[in-house]
Amino acid sequence: MSWILIVEQALNGLQFGLMLFLLAAGLTLVFGIMDMINLAHGSLYMLGAFLAATLVQATGSFAAGVLLAIPATAILGMLLEVSVLRTLYSRDHLSQVLATFALILIFNEAVRIVWGPDMPLPMPAALSGPVQLLPGMYYPAYRLLIIGVGAAVAALLYLLVARTRIGMLVRAGASNREMALAMGVNIPWLFTLLFGVGAGLCAVAGALLGPLLAVQVGMGENILILAFVVIVIGGIGSIRGALVGSLLVGIVDTIGRAFLPILFGLFFQPRVASAAGPAIASVLVYLLMAVVLYIKPQGLFPARG
Amino acid sequence: MTRYLLALAWTAAGLLPLPAQAADKVKIGFISTLSGPSAALGIDIRDAFLLSVKLNGGKLGGLPAEVIVGDDQFKPDVGRQLAEKNIKLDKVDFLTGFVFSNIMLASVPVAFENKVIYVSPNAAPSPLAGKQCNPYFFAASWPNDAYHEAAGQYATTKGYQAVYMLAPNYQAGKDSLEGFKRFYKGRVAGEVYTQLGQLDYSAELAQVRAAKPEAVYIFLPGGMGVNFIKQFVAAGLSKDIQLITPGFSSDQDIIRAVGDPMLGIFDAAHWALDLDNAANKKFVAEFEKEYKRLPTVYASQGYDTALLIDSAVREVKGRIENTEGVRMALKSAKFQSVRGPFRFNRNQYPIQNYYLRVVGKDSQGRLVNRTMGTIFKDRGDAYVQECPMK
Repeated sequence: MSWILIVEQALNGLQFGLMLFLLAAGLTLVFGIMDMINLAHGSLYMLGAFLAATLVQATGSFAAGVLLAIPATAILGMLLEVSVLRTLYSRDHLSQVLATFALILIFNEAVRIVWGPDMPLPMPAALSGPVQLLPGMYYPAYRLLIIGVGAAVAALLYLLVARTRIGMLVRAGASNREMALAMGVNIPWLFTLLFGVGAGLCAVAGALLGPLLAVQVGMGENILILAFVVIVIGGIGSIRGALVGSLLVGIVDTIGRAFLPILFGLFFQPRVASAAGPAIASVLVYLLMAVVLYIKPQGLFPARG
Repeated sequence: MTRYLLALAWTAAGLLPLPAQAADKVKIGFISTLSGPSAALGIDIRDAFLLSVKLNGGKLGGLPAEVIVGDDQFKPDVGRQLAEKNIKLDKVDFLTGFVFSNIMLASVPVAFENKVIYVSPNAAPSPLAGKQCNPYFFAASWPNDAYHEAAGQYATTKGYQAVYMLAPNYQAGKDSLEGFKRFYKGRVAGEVYTQLGQLDYSAELAQVRAAKPEAVYIFLPGGMGVNFIKQFVAAGLSKDIQLITPGFSSDQDIIRAVGDPMLGIFDAAHWALDLDNAANKKFVAEFEKEYKRLPTVYASQGYDTALLIDSAVREVKGRIENTEGVRMALKSAKFQSVRGPFRFNRNQYPIQNYYLRVVGKDSQGRLVNRTMGTIFKDRGDAYVQECPMK
């Protein structure tokens, strides 16, 4: 096992973690500030990817297609908030889960009707090969782009939340919603805007992951579960928690898949190792969550004191 | 009184054995996966089967054919219900169509219990080739591990000393790599089982790069394979490492989804677009004309299944109620398969050739599989000794 392999796996973990962050950021704000469980967050990720695939095809340019898909998904998200989700804020969590689960089914079928079961979204040709980072170390150019964009968006989001007036209102809402309302913050407007930002971030993740994975119906469900794990680990409502949680989950998942089978191979028979390695690796993320919850039941960075 | 006698005469006539007479039509129950993410395979089999019937003037073996198409929705229970409906209500003469082993295994016992013949256009699991071989089961495709064995043999012939293998962590995944290793004699550089349905292979690809194998063999059906191949090429691994797949993982449907990164992949299959025989040339040309796309191995199997049934019905001169006669006729397999030489083993699994194919461009610049040679000639399967049927 060489250090090149370790660096490469760390980059893989970073890339996966940053993409998870884009999803978890929107989810944690909606959950933390509006106290709303939105299972349909994954559907926005799917919609973002399908819109990006369509727009890339229509414009003939990857960058233009992706950049157009972000505001388009954000507008769709805001429309969804105004028309459906707004009425759910005052309901209990069970009603929210039921209603947004219904939304998942509706979105999946609607996408199937409009686009069919999947859409091609090819990688831009210039980025489809590997680049040499260090002597003897190659890394796919496209994954580097994802890391770059993910890091830039994370930094922007941090500035937005920590340094701007809107960010201040968001933080106020997250730590004490009633008090923020009493101080005259226009909460309905803030919620709609926030939801739009969350949807836009979903579109970034969906559009960037589309060429690596697949743009298909139901793509949001698997990743949504991990996004929930992230916000529970990070502390609900906290952007910083979402970032740390995402990177932790991304790295633990990648390292587990890469090195656990090797580690098991040192101690067990090959037959046992090849069976147990992948099995343990697939639950490692949930073990991490259990450990974090045992030590800090509110998550690593609780938004509310 | 006369009326009474007449009734008696009718009853007696009804009890007497009638001389065997040809039926007026042949009914086929066709159940396949036609919706959901895996629908493309079932659709290809169905389209090719119906094309074969159509080219035959809507007949099979001289009898007008009625094909009752059902969608199992990728669910074993739905497949079983449809099979029961086909057999008990529609009283079909043959059952066919299933793509996936698990759905087929849940559904075909209904056919076996009612002595209805099932001709498989795809799934051909090992148990039905060995101990549980069944007189009412005919595989017109290839045994489930045949492609893996052929790929393993190719790796041995080519002299590869280090092959890295990947498959999903479930029974079929493990069986496939066992099949590969049965004929691969070199060193196993790595044997990795990933999650079923996994879409991102970055961690595994980094391991592959570190292991520096000469070739990588993958059994990753459907979307998993699409993603793996795209990411394998994007990581730059295709320059130094030869990717080998089973035939269905680099067929026309996967080529459509992946595109140019497919170039240069080697695979093993029992059929290819460019196989040089009259039946195949007609099939490829007619399929493309009818459906405006190139056929896959699945399509070739659907087409062959119809040809096989056609030959059997013709052989028994339309007397399809004589199930034993139909069985014998099927077993003799007197038809021109698009795959070339074809006959049945005593377990009613095929004995046939397996070819080495490579993804390249045809004269029109389209990405297709081209035949490079024959890996196995007249190959049966590893389980036939365990089959008690004569």
